[in-house]
Amino acid sequence: MAFLAPLFAVTALAQSPTNIFAPAATPAHSIFGLSMLVLSVTFGIFLVVGGLLLYALIRYRHRPTDSDHEPAQIYGSNQIELSWTVIPILIVVMLFLTTTRVILRTEAIPKPDNTMDVTVIGHQFWWEYRYPKLGIVTANELHIPTSDKANPKPTYLTMSSADVSHSFWVPRLAGKMDVIPNRVNTMWIDPPDAGLYLGQCAQYCGTQHAKMLLRVYAQSPEDFAAWASQQQKPAQQDFTGNPTAAAGQTVFMHNACINCHTVKGTVATGRFGPDLTHLAIRDTIAAGAVQNNPENLRRWIDDPNTMKPGSLMPAMHLNDHDLDLITAYLTQLH
Amino acid sequence: MATPVLEAIDQTQAPPQGPPRPNVIYTWLTTVDHKKIGLMYIAYALVFLLVGGVEAILMRIQLAVPNNHFISPQVFNQLFTMHGTTMVFFVGMPILFGFGNYLVPLMIGARDMAFPRLNAFSFWVSAFAGLLLYFSYFGASGLYAAGSAPDVGWFAYAPLTAKVFSPGHSTDYWTLAVFLSGVGSIGTALNIVTTILCMRCKGMKMSRMPLLPWLYLVMASLVFVAVSPLTAAQIMLTLDRYIGSHFFDTQAGGSAVLWMHFFWIFGHPEVYVLVLPAFAFVNEIVPVFSRKAMFGYPAMVAASVSIGFISLSVWAHHMFTVGLGAAGNTFFVFATMVISVPTGIKIFNWLATIWGGKVIFATPMMFCVGFLFQFLIAGLTGIMLSAAPFDWQLGNSYFVVAHFHYVLVGSILFAIFGAFYYWYPKVTGKMMSETLGKWHFWLFLIGFHLTFDFMHVPGLLGMPRRIYTYEAGRGWGGWNLIVGIGAIFQVAGLLFFVYNLVRSYYRGKEAGHDPWDAWTLEWAVPSPPPVYNFAIEPTVNSRRPLWDLKHPEDPDSDYE
Repeated sequence: MAFLAPLFAVTALAQSPTNIFAPAATPAHSIFGLSMLVLSVTFGIFLVVGGLLLYALIRYRHRPTDSDHEPAQIYGSNQIELSWTVIPILIVVMLFLTTTRVILRTEAIPKPDNTMDVTVIGHQFWWEYRYPKLGIVTANELHIPTSDKANPKPTYLTMSSADVSHSFWVPRLAGKMDVIPNRVNTMWIDPPDAGLYLGQCAQYCGTQHAKMLLRVYAQSPEDFAAWASQQQKPAQQDFTGNPTAAAGQTVFMHNACINCHTVKGTVATGRFGPDLTHLAIRDTIAAGAVQNNPENLRRWIDDPNTMKPGSLMPAMHLNDHDLDLITAYLTQLH
Repeated sequence: MATPVLEAIDQTQAPPQGPPRPNVIYTWLTTVDHKKIGLMYIAYALVFLLVGGVEAILMRIQLAVPNNHFISPQVFNQLFTMHGTTMVFFVGMPILFGFGNYLVPLMIGARDMAFPRLNAFSFWVSAFAGLLLYFSYFGASGLYAAGSAPDVGWFAYAPLTAKVFSPGHSTDYWTLAVFLSGVGSIGTALNIVTTILCMRCKGMKMSRMPLLPWLYLVMASLVFVAVSPLTAAQIMLTLDRYIGSHFFDTQAGGSAVLWMHFFWIFGHPEVYVLVLPAFAFVNEIVPVFSRKAMFGYPAMVAASVSIGFISLSVWAHHMFTVGLGAAGNTFFVFATMVISVPTGIKIFNWLATIWGGKVIFATPMMFCVGFLFQFLIAGLTGIMLSAAPFDWQLGNSYFVVAHFHYVLVGSILFAIFGAFYYWYPKVTGKMMSETLGKWHFWLFLIGFHLTFDFMHVPGLLGMPRRIYTYEAGRGWGGWNLIVGIGAIFQVAGLLFFVYNLVRSYYRGKEAGHDPWDAWTLEWAVPSPPPVYNFAIEPTVNSRRPLWDLKHPEDPDSDYE
């Protein structure tokens, strides 16, 4: 019965990029602290109550040698009832006050001036990220600067949805926050260490909820600045020396691609699908579902349903030649 | 002191063996007898339990290993929607209404429910609702969705249910089924409340009523308050889908959060609607098999009633991640934590009832012992989830799934199994096999713990619920495999249960009136009870009329 306690311990040691017991930013640390307190209190209660229950069951079991008499009938005791009402109330008050402190520390602190602001927009089944102060629009891979005590630069996420409800959950950085249409939610993260933090949509949002993955790249301020300046540029358009990519660009711009996708500086200004201006810089496509390499990209354009059935991007029914050309073009969008 | 119950026993005759019996099917279809309706509720729920169980197993096969292609995402999404909807509306509610229907009149010394025809109506409406839900597999084909079951999740969050995101008719089948099930539930709840308030036998003051009817009174009252908003919300959703209203239509200024409030003001009290009857079974079984009166009867009643009231103010703990703000979250943290106080009182009183008794480990008691430990753990993981920031991590993860299955399976289903073994002799006149019962208990216990203990772990490792597959690198694979293996043991246990149910009916030992040497009125009538239950209305002087009868030298009535 007491399997559960060791399981918590095992979890703390388990290797997973999304372990909630491996916090890497302030909100996740606050929650971790609270969770340790709650776990100790509940484990204590389990030992006491479970122990008493086990003792009573063994000590007062019916034995073959027992007399036939019924045991003494005891109907209750107000003193005892009072004690096991008051003690739990005290525990509840203690837990409540501690919990409130963490809620206030996370949800009710004023926003500092020097933040990195990102607008997060949930879509079926991908993430749109907009940096209003930097003029950047990107998708699925969120880049943020690291933030440490000496040089605090927390990232503030302002979140809403273009269609149904989603939830933004990167367990090592913070708890989840729902991304709801017609409503604006906010949260903040401030990882001090550079690295890739994984997560995924945590509110069922339709067929491909499972492959609406989150990737947060925390970068040193220098690396982040370099990434941002590259993102601010318009898309690569000069393909001299690469006739395949140039031809691919023509095919792309003459197909329905441009109705849904934006490639900054071209006629492609669609907003329904992810911005592709700097697609080639990203590590993954299909909201983190597969690696971004020419082979996967080609398969994706041919028919997204082979990788992510239910994806809202239609199969484009292009011939092999056009597929090769478009793939060649997209891989050049650095 | 006079023991008028004796007269009831003496004069109650076995059902008359009349001339040619009417057609069996006709009898059951047209019956208004609370016992027959109760049994139909239970049989109907067991069929759906089988269906919901198969759905669960298909999902576990799909999730057993990473990147599995056993079933498609569309089918998986239908499976978890149908599994949740089936288990809550077409297994949990009907099976508990079934036991309530059967037991409440017998335990309060009444001949039937207050409104027998309403009772039959409610059952048949609920039964129709279940069939309607499953007919979606054939009938939901509209222009877009060809023969598809609902796939919006059992809490069907707006705006995923809007026409634009859920074309075709699968969501309509879900909406109508839940609506009709709500109508049936409200009818039965009305019946239970009226029966308990108006039809108790002579001498049975509220303060002498057994705890089972008390808990059913609280449960049925909660159904009024909780199921009505859900039923109303189904109408609003249908209006949104068909005549262009904008309650939940976010693209026209409607509110997704409004649906969440409607759903969870139903959804959380619903947990107590399901768990209070489970408490009720344990309240009857634990004292009898500890050979002691219930410890702290008034405290148990007070705790149950306060659980009923407090449960109406905790719903938004399902919405800690919605962004309600610090003030809202804090309120619901407090309300949710407070409910652990009356719940704790119940556990302590069960403990005190066992303390100093002579505990007999027959199968009904074994299941109640399982219940006590598992409900304790479910309560403690509930406290973890009630701390809102912890819930920001745990909410919508597999940890939550494990937590509420600890409540629904580890607590409620275990108590229901205990109730089956305890009251089966009363219903059929035959004892269930203890040997098969022990096999059922141990296999199911092992399976339960393999599945639901280990299911907590992937949640702590960041695995959200309702995903049809996951990557290998997340460290979730092994845990999900163990969870799936546990299901095999549970199925094996269930096979013993079903075999026991059938075999005991034909080969079981004769049970007689009162095989457990119990104390409440249902054990005063023959097994199975005659159609009219009691030949004359019994009179009671205490909470345990049969104890008074068996121990005239030391009756309860001297102490109450």
